[in-house]
Amino acid sequence: MSTPSHPETAARRDWISALAKARPERLAALMPDLPAHEMLRAPEIGTIMVQGRISGTGAPFNLGEMTVTRCSVQLAGGAVGHACVQGRDKAHATRAAIADALMQTDIAPRIEAEVLTPLRAEAASTRATRSAKAAATRVEFFTMLRGEDA
Amino acid sequence: MYVAVKGGERAIDAAHAWLAEERRGDPAVPELTVAQIREQMTLAVNRVMAEGSLYDPDLAALAIKQARGDLIEAVFLIRAYRTTLPRFGQSRPVDTAAMAVDRRISATFKDLPGGQVLGPTFDYTHRLLDFALAAEGAPPPAPKAPVRDEPVPHVTALLDRDGLIEDQPTDDTPAPDLTRQPLELPASRALRLQALARADEGFALSLAYSTQRGYGRTHAFVGELRIGRVAVEVDLPELGFAVEIGEIELTECDTVNQFKGSKTEPPQFTRGYGLVMGQSERKAISMSLVDRALRWHELGEDFTGAPAQDEEFVLSHCDNIQATGFLEHIKLPHYVDFQAELELVRRIRREATQIREAAE
Repeated sequence: MSTPSHPETAARRDWISALAKARPERLAALMPDLPAHEMLRAPEIGTIMVQGRISGTGAPFNLGEMTVTRCSVQLAGGAVGHACVQGRDKAHATRAAIADALMQTDIAPRIEAEVLTPLRAEAASTRATRSAKAAATRVEFFTMLRGEDA
Repeated sequence: MYVAVKGGERAIDAAHAWLAEERRGDPAVPELTVAQIREQMTLAVNRVMAEGSLYDPDLAALAIKQARGDLIEAVFLIRAYRTTLPRFGQSRPVDTAAMAVDRRISATFKDLPGGQVLGPTFDYTHRLLDFALAAEGAPPPAPKAPVRDEPVPHVTALLDRDGLIEDQPTDDTPAPDLTRQPLELPASRALRLQALARADEGFALSLAYSTQRGYGRTHAFVGELRIGRVAVEVDLPELGFAVEIGEIELTECDTVNQFKGSKTEPPQFTRGYGLVMGQSERKAISMSLVDRALRWHELGEDFTGAPAQDEEFVLSHCDNIQATGFLEHIKLPHYVDFQAELELVRRIRREATQIREAAE
């Protein structure tokens, strides 16, 4: 498997990621009503082994696991949605899978506007706030006046 | 020798009921919530995640509450819970060069692309107890500054360009897994790093300190220490492509060490590596020093007999759950073993007395 180059695949990859990284309660607030759906794979909690690389660039090694919840659904119209989200929130995984399925239907623009756009904006804002606080702790070195320069 | 013994159920139930009461403490004091522990005891939560080898802040906070703040007991609870979960797969190796850094410092270069970013550090605090914290109140907001949109490359990449530092070319040898195969020695560096990433912080710290004091000296500098968030990317078979499914906080330490060169390698700097879940720089620095000390054979250095160079010693004793399990089991009933020992001592004494009496 490789990083997708096809634009449609890249777009799906992005929305699945935005849904997975969303805070469960926030996604629930943005998507209070769920359409009729059938569980292809009921929400299941498990782990993913996270890997690092030696010195950041070398051979991979196992760092430790993280909890995830996965789920697959099918909507009445036939669209299939998948989710694998960080943590152990089954409602989060279910909602994310339903949103993935809905993004493949006619109401995709509505989901994009009402769910994905706010999620992306909030994620960007959270990240920007941390970066701004980090930037304030960046050291600005200055050299004391040296004798021979005077 | 182990023999099944019945009895004690009533005493055990009463002990556990009392434990629950003691855990709660004075009922007049409000009860801690798991969310409070997660948000306000973050570094304890990080340590439990790192040594429990499972990234889940809510679970780690719950374990700390259940364990009454005994972090090794909390790690034990996390390890036990982990064994009940199916493993869905593995991530792609995280890209720490793309980390959203909260903190990034180098002790070897003052001016470097991306700058020296202190982050929320205890460094430069005066280590004076702050009695203001005994009262409740919100801290003033942290200052913000405009973000310079520039990459924060790994510091060692700078030295790497001149060939002055050991290169670490990318290779995709599948990583061995300590949790799936029994430990076999000699262990690969990848396996050692997995063991060290989940090792007891105190043990790693003491070993690293011993190398600084001369037991397997490696003259380490912190080339770079960074703390921040990285995306975790996983190949999802149902989709056929990789997706970022979450973000985790990591601490990474790359140490730079003197190296005189060997028969096969020119004089250059070598490296030790530490990567730990959560914000845990003491552990990450310790890990990279111990990693470097364990590389003596690969780099053609002398084995001086130092504990930190001894792979079997380090890997067999760094896990606090294995250690505490074996250590604490000696408090459990050994009545039959001890009875046998008692019989033996009595017989030897009897024989010794008879020999003495016969001689007199």
